[in-house]
Amino acid sequence: MPNSLFEKCAISGIGETAYVRGSGKSETALQMEASLKAIADAGLSPKDIDGVIPYATGSAVAEDFITNFGIADLRLSATTPLGGASCLAAVQLAVGAIVAGIANHVLIPIGRNGYSGARIGSRVQQLPQFRTVGEYEMPLGQIAPAQLYAHMARRHMEMFGTKSEHFGKIAVTFRDHATKNGNALMTEPMTLEQHQTARMISDPLRLFDCCLESDGGAAVIVSSSERARDLKSQPVYIMGVAEGHPDSPSAITQRPDITTLGTAKAAPRAFGMAGVDRKDIDVAEIYDCFTYIVLCQLEDMGFCKKGEGGDFVASTSFGLDGPMPVNTHGGLLSQAHIIGMNHIVELVKQLRGQGGKMQVKDAKIGLVTGYGDMGDGGVAIMRS
Amino acid sequence: MEVERVRPSPNEDTKPYWDGLKEGRLLFQKCGHCGAIRHYPRQVCDKCFSMDVEWIESSGKGTVHTWTVSQHAFHPSFKGDLPMTFVTVDMDEGVRVAARLRGKDVEPAIGMPVRVAFEQLDNDLTVPVFYPQ
Ligand SMILES: [Zn+2]
Repeated sequence: MPNSLFEKCAISGIGETAYVRGSGKSETALQMEASLKAIADAGLSPKDIDGVIPYATGSAVAEDFITNFGIADLRLSATTPLGGASCLAAVQLAVGAIVAGIANHVLIPIGRNGYSGARIGSRVQQLPQFRTVGEYEMPLGQIAPAQLYAHMARRHMEMFGTKSEHFGKIAVTFRDHATKNGNALMTEPMTLEQHQTARMISDPLRLFDCCLESDGGAAVIVSSSERARDLKSQPVYIMGVAEGHPDSPSAITQRPDITTLGTAKAAPRAFGMAGVDRKDIDVAEIYDCFTYIVLCQLEDMGFCKKGEGGDFVASTSFGLDGPMPVNTHGGLLSQAHIIGMNHIVELVKQLRGQGGKMQVKDAKIGLVTGYGDMGDGGVAIMRS
Repeated sequence: MEVERVRPSPNEDTKPYWDGLKEGRLLFQKCGHCGAIRHYPRQVCDKCFSMDVEWIESSGKGTVHTWTVSQHAFHPSFKGDLPMTFVTVDMDEGVRVAARLRGKDVEPAIGMPVRVAFEQLDNDLTVPVFYPQ
């Protein structure tokens, strides 16, 4: 039954805090604030939440939500440790749990002080899923994702002729979108020249190829489509959703093809479940921890062939009036790094017609991805 | 004040690898049942699911699969080392090794033949490095 989850569930509520550098709030408070907004958006009471999937390595657990919300009978508590693909893996799990009758309204919260708390570079070594890299590569000086992913990007460039200017076009487009967003860290436009002359972090990744560090919270609620139709906000239906894990998931070094991500396994499942094709996607929010990762996911999802990402990016507009606008909120590169929950929230806004100055005209079907932990991928396709 | 180094945490599965480096030997696991060579060290052979393992010494030779030059340290203990060139190397044994590339005025390139060497950072930690062959 490959299509058994098709449109069985919807995103019934979304919530976001302000995205800032220096929140002055605890990570748990950021999650509570975003969650309460999502619950209010759905028109639910906090007590109605009967499932919660907190971020695996975050600072809140299901017990915090039971305690703060006075939940009488929480029926699902789980985590999905896939780094930046966690949020979509959580959506997949929530859909499965709801269809199975385990829970009715599953809350997926994220809250983090990525800027003012522990920096990503120093935090990464402590994560259990980074044990392999922590044991064998960090002692050599390869500490951060920017360094580890640079190996993938360099190989892609030398095998396929991909250029830094292709990465730059992605960064410049997302920045343009962020300047229109009232809740983004980067508010000044950027030129390709600024991208090209920014300092090198780990060749070929320059400063503006790398995502922001930021503080904030975001949350969504997944409910059955049937229940969501009776709630306050317009439901956004989950047509297809899947997670995928790459070969050698813990170490890029040992991956047979280091230019292919887990996204390549998730995408056919998500598109198959949704019953739509790439050309049907009106708007896409693509996880962008690094510019290269956007290009690679476009290939892995079949928007172009493996190796043709550079040409595809060069010849396609991802701007708001292009055929498929990408990262209408500015993404992790220019809005904020909220582990991609901000991507899900933005897609829901776009499909509801709440995109404000970034609203894509006639956005009916949209795609959102997550990516993390050295290669895990998540893909979801939704419609209004 | 000296900054604490980033260290591995050798356990029963990984200690032979680190001990080998201290002796100037790059060791890989070889399946005791089907003979498949694997790296990084792990518990089970994914070809035949045997947990029998022996350790073999690498020829130390391979070619560069990909590379990066880091201009940012991400940990204070590496600040004095910048810029750092890292290579991912296809070893002749069919597995890969990540390490710094050494040598005067060496430009990394995919396909470049390299050989392993060993750098003792302190009494407890020796790491592999590569030089052009
Ligand atoms: Zn075997």
